[in-house]
Amino acid sequence: MVYKLLSFGFFIFLIFPEKNLDGGECMDINWQFIISTLPLYQKAAWITIKLGFWGTLLSVIIGLVCSIILYFRIKVLKELVEIYVELSRNTPLLIQLFFLYFGLTKLGITMSETTCAITGLAFLGGSYMSEAFRSGIEAVSKTQIESGLSIGLSQTQLIRYVILPQAFAVTMPSLAANCIFLFKETSIVGAIAIAELMHVTQDVIGMYYQTFESLFMLVVAYLIIILPLSFLLSWLERKVRYAEFGN
Amino acid sequence: MNKENHQVLLEIKDLHKEYDTRTVLDGIHLRVHKGEVIVVLGPSGCGKSTLLRCLNGLESIQGGDIQFNGESLVGSNVNWQKTRQKIGMVFQNYDLFPHMTVIENILLGPIKVQKREKKEVMEQATQLLERVGLSDRKDSYPRQLSGGQKQRIAIVRALCMNPEIMLFDEVTAALDPEMVREVLDVILGLAKQGMTMMIVTHEMGFAQAVADRILFIDEGKVCEMSEPKEFFTNPKTERAQQFLNIFQF
Ligand SMILES: Nc1ncnc2c1ncn2[C@@H]1O[C@H](COP(=O)(O)OP(=O)(O)OP(=O)(O)O)[C@@H](O)[C@H]1O
Ligand SMILES: [Mg+2]
Repeated sequence: MVYKLLSFGFFIFLIFPEKNLDGGECMDINWQFIISTLPLYQKAAWITIKLGFWGTLLSVIIGLVCSIILYFRIKVLKELVEIYVELSRNTPLLIQLFFLYFGLTKLGITMSETTCAITGLAFLGGSYMSEAFRSGIEAVSKTQIESGLSIGLSQTQLIRYVILPQAFAVTMPSLAANCIFLFKETSIVGAIAIAELMHVTQDVIGMYYQTFESLFMLVVAYLIIILPLSFLLSWLERKVRYAEFGN
Repeated sequence: MNKENHQVLLEIKDLHKEYDTRTVLDGIHLRVHKGEVIVVLGPSGCGKSTLLRCLNGLESIQGGDIQFNGESLVGSNVNWQKTRQKIGMVFQNYDLFPHMTVIENILLGPIKVQKREKKEVMEQATQLLERVGLSDRKDSYPRQLSGGQKQRIAIVRALCMNPEIMLFDEVTAALDPEMVREVLDVILGLAKQGMTMMIVTHEMGFAQAVADRILFIDEGKVCEMSEPKEFFTNPKTERAQQFLNIFQF
């Protein structure tokens, strides 16, 4: 927690070192510019949040489904999931996006930019979430599964009442990391003409050549989005852990 | 106490169990009558746990037959979910579900598997908890309980399904000596009430006190099967004599 705040302070310090030390304004920051482009950034930030939110949510759902398929070793589906995970984890998001956006158009499938971006994020995130859930499920001990079976639980009940709650507690840290990872990856989807933060920043730099101010706004915007998210996730992590392990 | 003219609840015929190529159970025969308490003894690795695990389908078997209430438990069309409700099992390591409270642990099976009314199950659970002296720990988590308490809860969890037979696999082996007694007392109480049980244990005094018959297994075979008094004072086989000598100083 404290470190998160410190990192923010350190960043500010890097930007305004002289100002902090002797009060003189060494770097001429164009505050006027910052204020005038603020609405642009605000709008872009909402788009980033929207993309991150839906991308993460779908990733969790895909990951959960995939990991359950892997757990039950369902024929054919299991092989498909394995191929998907390898494909998704070993190719860059940018290429995945281009494939969805330009490649599928060639095949006659068109999606809006936003749908495409969220699909891309979910495609990438799903495999990461799947791996996270899988390792959590594997961490549930055999004796737990057996004591579930011996009170007559069906496989589905076993998953629902015994395996997933325990797997979730083990997995929570990697889920949180993946979640933040996905929010950061939204910075790539600007490549397919979505006015998220990165894209808008590049536009603004191109138009006004205020490189420093634009980048400054960009970093601050990401911090404003990701720091609270990070707080929320740490809190959730502790809560889930407590329910499971009591510490 | 002779219960041999009671109805046969469980019948094991020529049971064979192999892990890969190693034979672990080699032609076990056993008839368990209603209300009977069978204590299974034998040196470590002789197949006691494996035998119990075969009875509720946690292990597949390679030969022979198991009949429970006259129905075979061999083959792919056995409804294990239904059968396991009738066969309660308690393990060595009191595997309560750590993310659930005591009462949630107990209610899970009766409500989700047996689809019984919560109110009715709750009453039964309360009674059972009282009987094992833990009615005040309903809302505790397993991590807040001692080993002996956890094991008593595990017994209650199995009992609350109203099983026809209970299987106990070294339920006191992981406990501190002063907690062994409280768990054994619960099992003794069950025996008095006429519960049918198969018990694997290393507590010889307890075995003698609770058993109607002793099943002594060695290297996967039934080596001796006799009344406890006879087994402990006058074992027929050399293997059983050697085994009992280990427990005498
Ligand atoms: N999953 C397994 N795979 C291979 N061999 C196994 C497996 N489980 C048990 N065995 C072997 O089967 C034999 C019987 O094991 P089992 O656990 O039934 O013995 P036991 O009589 O319960 O011993 P103990 O008193 O030490 O608990 C042992 O030799 C063991 O090594
Ligand atoms: Mg054993």
